[in-house]
Amino acid sequence: MSQDFRLDNIGMVNRNKKISFTFNGKKYFGYEGDTIASALIANGVHLVGRSFKYHRPRGFFGVGVDEPYAILQLERNNERDPNIRATEQEIFEGLEVKSVNCWPSVNFDIGAINNFLKMFFPAGFYYKTFMWPPSFWYKIYEPFIRMAAGFGEASIKHDKERYEHKYEYCDLLITGSGPSGLASAYAAAKNGARVILAEDKPRYGGSLLTSDVNIGNQTGAEWSEKIITELKSMSNVIVKNRSQVFGYYDHNMLVMSERISDHLPKTQKYLPKQRLWYIRAKEVLISSGSIERPLVFGNNDTPGVMLSSAAKEYIKVYGVLVGKKPLIFTNNDSGYETAIEFKKNGVNPLILDTRKEPSSDIITEAKNLGIEIKYSYVVVAAKGYKKVKSADIAKISDNKKDLSNIENIECDCICVSGFWTPSIHLASQSGNKSEFNEKIDAFIPNKSKQKENTIGSANGKFTLEETINEAFNKGYEVSNKITENNNKLSIPTVVEKKSTEHDKFWCVPLPKGKSYKRFLDFQNDVAVTDIELALREGFRSIEHVKRYTTLGMATDQGKTSNLNGLQLVSDIENKVVPQVGHTTFRPPYTPVSIGAIVGREVGKHSKPTRKSPMHEWHEKNNAVFVDAGVWLRPRYYKQGNETLFEASKREAKNVRKNVGVCDVTTLGKIDVKGPDAAEFLNRVYTNAWLKLPVGKARYGVMLREDGIVMDDGTTTRISENHYHMTTTTAQAANVLSHLEYYLQLVWPELNVNVVSTTEQWAGAAIAGPNSRALLMKLFPNTDVSNEALPFMGYKEANLFGIPAKIYRISFSGELAYEVNVESDYGNFMWEKIIEVGKEFQIQAYGTEALSTLRIEMGHVAGSELDGRTIPHDASLEGLVSKKKDFIGKRSLSRSAFTKPDREKIVGVVPLDKTTSIPEGSYIVKDPKAKLPNPKLGHVSASCWSVEYDNPFSLAIIKDGKNMIGQKLFAMSLLKNKTIPVEIVSSHYVDPEGKRVRA
Amino acid sequence: MLYIFCPHCGSRSQNEFAYGGDATVKRPELNKEISDQEWNNFVYLRKSPRGKHLELWHHISGCRQWIKVERDTSTHEIFKTYKADELTE
Ligand SMILES: [Zn+2]
Repeated sequence: MSQDFRLDNIGMVNRNKKISFTFNGKKYFGYEGDTIASALIANGVHLVGRSFKYHRPRGFFGVGVDEPYAILQLERNNERDPNIRATEQEIFEGLEVKSVNCWPSVNFDIGAINNFLKMFFPAGFYYKTFMWPPSFWYKIYEPFIRMAAGFGEASIKHDKERYEHKYEYCDLLITGSGPSGLASAYAAAKNGARVILAEDKPRYGGSLLTSDVNIGNQTGAEWSEKIITELKSMSNVIVKNRSQVFGYYDHNMLVMSERISDHLPKTQKYLPKQRLWYIRAKEVLISSGSIERPLVFGNNDTPGVMLSSAAKEYIKVYGVLVGKKPLIFTNNDSGYETAIEFKKNGVNPLILDTRKEPSSDIITEAKNLGIEIKYSYVVVAAKGYKKVKSADIAKISDNKKDLSNIENIECDCICVSGFWTPSIHLASQSGNKSEFNEKIDAFIPNKSKQKENTIGSANGKFTLEETINEAFNKGYEVSNKITENNNKLSIPTVVEKKSTEHDKFWCVPLPKGKSYKRFLDFQNDVAVTDIELALREGFRSIEHVKRYTTLGMATDQGKTSNLNGLQLVSDIENKVVPQVGHTTFRPPYTPVSIGAIVGREVGKHSKPTRKSPMHEWHEKNNAVFVDAGVWLRPRYYKQGNETLFEASKREAKNVRKNVGVCDVTTLGKIDVKGPDAAEFLNRVYTNAWLKLPVGKARYGVMLREDGIVMDDGTTTRISENHYHMTTTTAQAANVLSHLEYYLQLVWPELNVNVVSTTEQWAGAAIAGPNSRALLMKLFPNTDVSNEALPFMGYKEANLFGIPAKIYRISFSGELAYEVNVESDYGNFMWEKIIEVGKEFQIQAYGTEALSTLRIEMGHVAGSELDGRTIPHDASLEGLVSKKKDFIGKRSLSRSAFTKPDREKIVGVVPLDKTTSIPEGSYIVKDPKAKLPNPKLGHVSASCWSVEYDNPFSLAIIKDGKNMIGQKLFAMSLLKNKTIPVEIVSSHYVDPEGKRVRA
Repeated sequence: MLYIFCPHCGSRSQNEFAYGGDATVKRPELNKEISDQEWNNFVYLRKSPRGKHLELWHHISGCRQWIKVERDTSTHEIFKTYKADELTE
């Protein structure tokens, strides 16, 4: 298809590079530098979508972030990107886009029936219409709404693209590279400030690219080119295009989304698709410019009706005509500038000006060019369904109430200008309460809340001279505050055409007998009648009106609709706009992809993976790993076709029969050092610590202040003032913070230091009846006899030349030792243990066997110490000192904690000795009792007892000690199982603890 | 994201810190006889003021020191930060 609307000698796209792309399956051509919008318009395509509610045809309304309609779905490298603005997305070879919100096709949309039923779809229609009958919701309403609504469809596939996060600090962040952004960046950078200048479009310069002005004897475009080139060359400046600062957060942190590869056919090697910048700026200058305001008239949403500034930009930047018979409808001089551009490019526009007899330089120029102008004229309604074909126009009375001389004239586009609205979104997000400026009928930022200033047209300065002066001064002033440099530049002279006042008229009355829809919010299909209805129904607060009608919601955030909506509410309510106030602007200013927000933290990168020094050995020996916090631990070592159940049984059995070795490197380890270390431990743990001799270990339990068990573990006195504390893998970080809290804040008088040594030591637990024999071979020069190294003893030894520490502690209930060496020697230690252990039938065992061994011994772990249990519940009351005070002790005497029938740990065995009890099962007296069946407690951990070869579980049940011997039921509602069980002691194996002391 | 001045390290982003609650709570002395009510107040009851609040933050991904931060809970303005053992105004 040829580009019938492309101009030959104007624009900034690269004519030497033709690019093909498809839209709704059809192939089109454009040039490098085109957006989807400019390329489609060049091809005469204006119908790109359907509206949200009524499914009316949708074309292009703007030229950038302001675009409320042209939201498309993009396919790129088999990836799908929904919610793409056609006015922002640049084309590349092979790009595929399609319309959204239309079904089955953009030309024939079944939802358009909504348009004919519009009397049934007024404001709040979702709330009212789809309420009754309730049974209709899932079957009829929801599927229909889902199919017919929405802005695209997210892919369910994994996104293979890379997204990055970047943290940056600067003196001054400037958001927008229009005249005010460029001038202030230049002034500040030349004064030594570290500046970041962010531009959301591919090209720098903002309005300078399209306006007919001169700065310092250069055209606006030339001047902007010169400034940006110089800024780029400065080492204290970062200049970024395709980068939208979309959020202003606390303490001057702003977030910017940089689209690095979106405009390329394929993401380049070593580059991400998008990058999210977290920028902490000492000062911020908001130079986000302004967005042209629409005028409201009948069918003003017809494709071909668009902002006059957009039409001008399509001509000047892209060399594209939005129409060949343009009608310009304006209440200010901006429409004339667009008309002049049309005329200069060989097209005859007709201007309808709502003003009676305005005069200014620009108007004079238009007249001199022979452009036809009708004063006191308005567009009553656009005509045409899928594209503007003509317009009903009329003369409007001086009081703007009455229409006369209505006639139909032919046109193929209507370019509207209802004056300008400063983009105050970022300022508002920073906490700045804006003020209403009567002169421009719009809100501008008020007093700064954070360290931010708004400049240029975003601050209501609509002449270039004002803007340039303000920007140079602010750039200097702000940088001077930070750098204290005094390099003040001279401000260049500005030549621009003078314009005159705009007309405070924005909504064309309906002619008698006509009921055209006049839209305010183009993205959400909110018309004048919807606002009127909302107010009639009693909605007063603008926030309520917004939610009831959806005015200014969704991805658009009211960029074009906001002020017209407010004007209407204030007109109906007979208030002035500042009394009505405006709704809150929320981040993001423009949609941000979820990928950019997540960044690199996906899949395996969502958390760090910690591996023990012996990891490679585990891998080589067919370990199946399990996540233990951030650690990877062997769950079992698979031999042949073994299942988890078979392997863990084999490993656990071998520990009970011979000897096993388990990697316990992940246990938290904390060095506690200082003259007051004993006193400190005595306060932290529930049991007594003052008399623990050097070379001995002790098991300890620590509580939170509320009396709940926080963690348990053994701590060993290495020397007089040095203790080696161990914690569970899961609680290691919390315990360290807990200790630091008490040392730094509660008892700073204690002379103690704590530091994590988890990663410094590799640990191997050697457990089983053969463990001493193995140890004797591993440490031939050390006496490891029961007398020399008794239970809870500690020794330093030499492992084939490597310094090692031997702790005689046991989690399995067997005779057991834990050997620690410095991490770098971990693998060496492990291989030696396996090698020397062969003759003792050693096998490595994983966490599943570890769990089996501890469960049948009745040792508590995380599943019992679950943040609800006090020491008594876990049968740990023997470790609670009556004599001394400790953290959490006072809570233990609170009435709820001293009740005799508190839940307590017990053992559970199925009567049939074969059915395993699912963890989480309830223990009940009568499985057939009326619901809710009163539960006595729950099963916390289950295993297959290798000692007795039958299932065994731990449970925490009410009045547990007195339930031993009773026959009850374990009910798993999840697995739909009821198992008759007997309650036994939690110490199922070796209740006297003979083995550990053997 | 807040920007918190750590008296040991300088200004750092909030994500280096963990929040630690009201800094004015004083733990009852060890071995002191106190009523259930007093203990209950210490363990559970916290004020949640709108406005100035002296609170604890733990610089867990930095110097691992607990610090006191005087912050406005509605505006997030931080007035002053103190070391753990520094007297607050
Ligand atoms: Zn610090």
